[in-house]
Amino acid sequence: MHNPQLNKHGELQHLLTIEGLPKSIINHVLDTASSFVGISDREVKKVPLMRGKSVFNLFFENSTRTRTTFEIASKRLSADVINLNIQASSTSKGESLLDTIDNLAAMHADMFVVRHAQSGAPYLIAKHLNDTKQNHVHVVNAGDGRHAHPTQGLLDMYTIRHYKKDFTNLRVAIVGDILHSRVARSDIHALTTLGVPEVRAIGPHTLLPGGLEQMGVRVFTDMNEGLKDVDVIIMLRLQNERMSGALLPSAGEYFKSYGLTPERLALARPDAIVMHPGPMNRGVEIDSAVADGAQAVILPQVTFGIATRMAVMSILAGTQG
Amino acid sequence: MNLHIKNGRLIDPANGIDAIQDLYIGDGKVLAVGSAPQGFTAERSIDAAGLVVAPGLVDLSARLREPGYEYKATLESEMQAAVQGGVTTLVCPPDTDPVLDEPGLVEMLKHRARNLNGAHVHPLGALTVGLKGKALTEMAELTEAGCIGFAQAEHPIEDTTVLLRAMQYAKTFNYTVWLRPQDPYIGYGGVAHSGPLASRLGLSGVPVMSETIALHTIFELMRSSGARVHLCRISSAAALDLIRAAKKEGLPVTCDVGVHHLHMTDADIGFFDPNARLTPPLRSGRDRDAIRAAVLDGTVDAVCSDHTPVDDDEKLLPFAEASPGATGLELLLALMLKWAGDQGVPDALPRAIAKITHAPARTAGLDAGTLSVGAEADVVLFDPDARWTVGRDTLASQGKHTPFLGYELAGQVKATIVAGHVAYER
Repeated sequence: MHNPQLNKHGELQHLLTIEGLPKSIINHVLDTASSFVGISDREVKKVPLMRGKSVFNLFFENSTRTRTTFEIASKRLSADVINLNIQASSTSKGESLLDTIDNLAAMHADMFVVRHAQSGAPYLIAKHLNDTKQNHVHVVNAGDGRHAHPTQGLLDMYTIRHYKKDFTNLRVAIVGDILHSRVARSDIHALTTLGVPEVRAIGPHTLLPGGLEQMGVRVFTDMNEGLKDVDVIIMLRLQNERMSGALLPSAGEYFKSYGLTPERLALARPDAIVMHPGPMNRGVEIDSAVADGAQAVILPQVTFGIATRMAVMSILAGTQG
Repeated sequence: MNLHIKNGRLIDPANGIDAIQDLYIGDGKVLAVGSAPQGFTAERSIDAAGLVVAPGLVDLSARLREPGYEYKATLESEMQAAVQGGVTTLVCPPDTDPVLDEPGLVEMLKHRARNLNGAHVHPLGALTVGLKGKALTEMAELTEAGCIGFAQAEHPIEDTTVLLRAMQYAKTFNYTVWLRPQDPYIGYGGVAHSGPLASRLGLSGVPVMSETIALHTIFELMRSSGARVHLCRISSAAALDLIRAAKKEGLPVTCDVGVHHLHMTDADIGFFDPNARLTPPLRSGRDRDAIRAAVLDGTVDAVCSDHTPVDDDEKLLPFAEASPGATGLELLLALMLKWAGDQGVPDALPRAIAKITHAPARTAGLDAGTLSVGAEADVVLFDPDARWTVGRDTLASQGKHTPFLGYELAGQVKATIVAGHVAYER
């Protein structure tokens, strides 16, 4: 089956998911990102790589954070950025998703950064652009339903590489609501592609999807067991609406069983790092003492996120349709 | 009109015929098979050399979208699709808008269909008013209007008491209840088979147990009520095991499967292809293999097209938002031939034809699906080897969406005869 995110030369045309991406492309993104990290410390925080290009942030689902990081990344690449909060505009007037895309493409967009509540929505857009011979327009998935959040996955890999250097001797634990998490899925694909020998998922059965083993993941329901001797802990955000109901009885009981406390952190390797895609729920999935502690790399993740998104966008912009 | 179809390979599974034989038709009926009846003069003769001559297909699930969804399809377009696919008799579920829960609506649909001189249309009535699962419909009145059974389509009854009452009432008049087993909670609203693919793609799942839990309930209610049940579009190996056991036990149950599920699995969703969004969902390879085997061993009584035309606006959407369903009337024959070709048994072709002619007719209690002398002359002539490509321009149905889009299939209808008149010819 043709992988819709690669062009006929095997180059990255769109970034839709990490699944199926060759290791070489992931490493290329991480290497490129590392060359961009310094730019943010400069007096003039800009490079002209995307000067004259128009990036449309299409957010069909609300997100201030991710949209902002894409906006900053675009601006540091000297692109023009147009933010569209589509929820509030055309689709609520009955215009179809693909009509919206055609309209924006006619305004000579070069790149769409798409966030959508439905898994697979960016594929529909990418396929439509390819089918209508608008191959010069690139799509970046900024999070689709429960499916994928590839730039988050890549920035997580950047962070892990930054602190751990080598992927091939690591134990990585992902903790929490794996079932609804696009971040978890992207991280799992990235980690297994980069050769991490042991990826663990920790959570109650109600928040673990079936088929994790087939994705190369070891499943734990006991937090203490799962954290033992890990090098990296990736905490996931627990959405408010899942905190009480048929999935979990209460936030309090969740914290008791799966909250990351200093005592639990001590079960991991002494040099383990703690990551979180944000925004955090202190006292629900993570204790403040850990979130603000020496092992937390949550703020560096945000910084690396800008560089990683710059890397993705500049690579895509350089790919011919 | 007297019609003589000569030199064809006549396959009539109900009568155990598979031979080069001529077929003689007059007054809309089959007059003779083999040699001409006395005094027969053909007004037209069709040379069917190289073609298979078989009973017109009987399809147990084809949505015609009328009334209410004419933007998706009309009776005209779908009746044309039926005869182009060799389908001469079809059963349509009651989930139209308004729902087929009143005799007047059923009469109107039957009347509209009759005037088109296409396939014979047999509606299923709604089992409960508005398919809401609360109040029983006037089943006797609906039967008089032309309903051949009662169904809930895609709306499982939440209150088991209502389902029991509906089955008891149906049993009173010996009506058949048509149910697609689906738990009203587990997996309801899901969009893909619960499995590694749905997990990877982040799609909400429909677990196999949503089908098996419902089956357990239905079988218990059958034991209590004695009602006859036809199970629609079974999708899993586990469900087929339960049905096999229920048949062995002697429960009055039959079942069908959708033809897509004979060939495809959830892997065919690929990168969120909305054309592969079906209800019930495409399941695992193991389920698919079990379905193929169950068609051969007889656990599955009939294969239906599960024809569900969907327009572009409702299909070109993110996977979970896309309307489920695929066009099927014109693919049923070719996809059954494909199954037959894969079986490696000598009589696979007549067996395949049986599952889309007299077996579904018998299951639905319809006098159709055979070429017996005196039977209504519903006939299909097809070239089993002619290849065609499934495409927007080759499909007559208004629904252009199918997971087989772009596939080259063998088996092309050359002529379809309904009640003795040639309804389609290419």
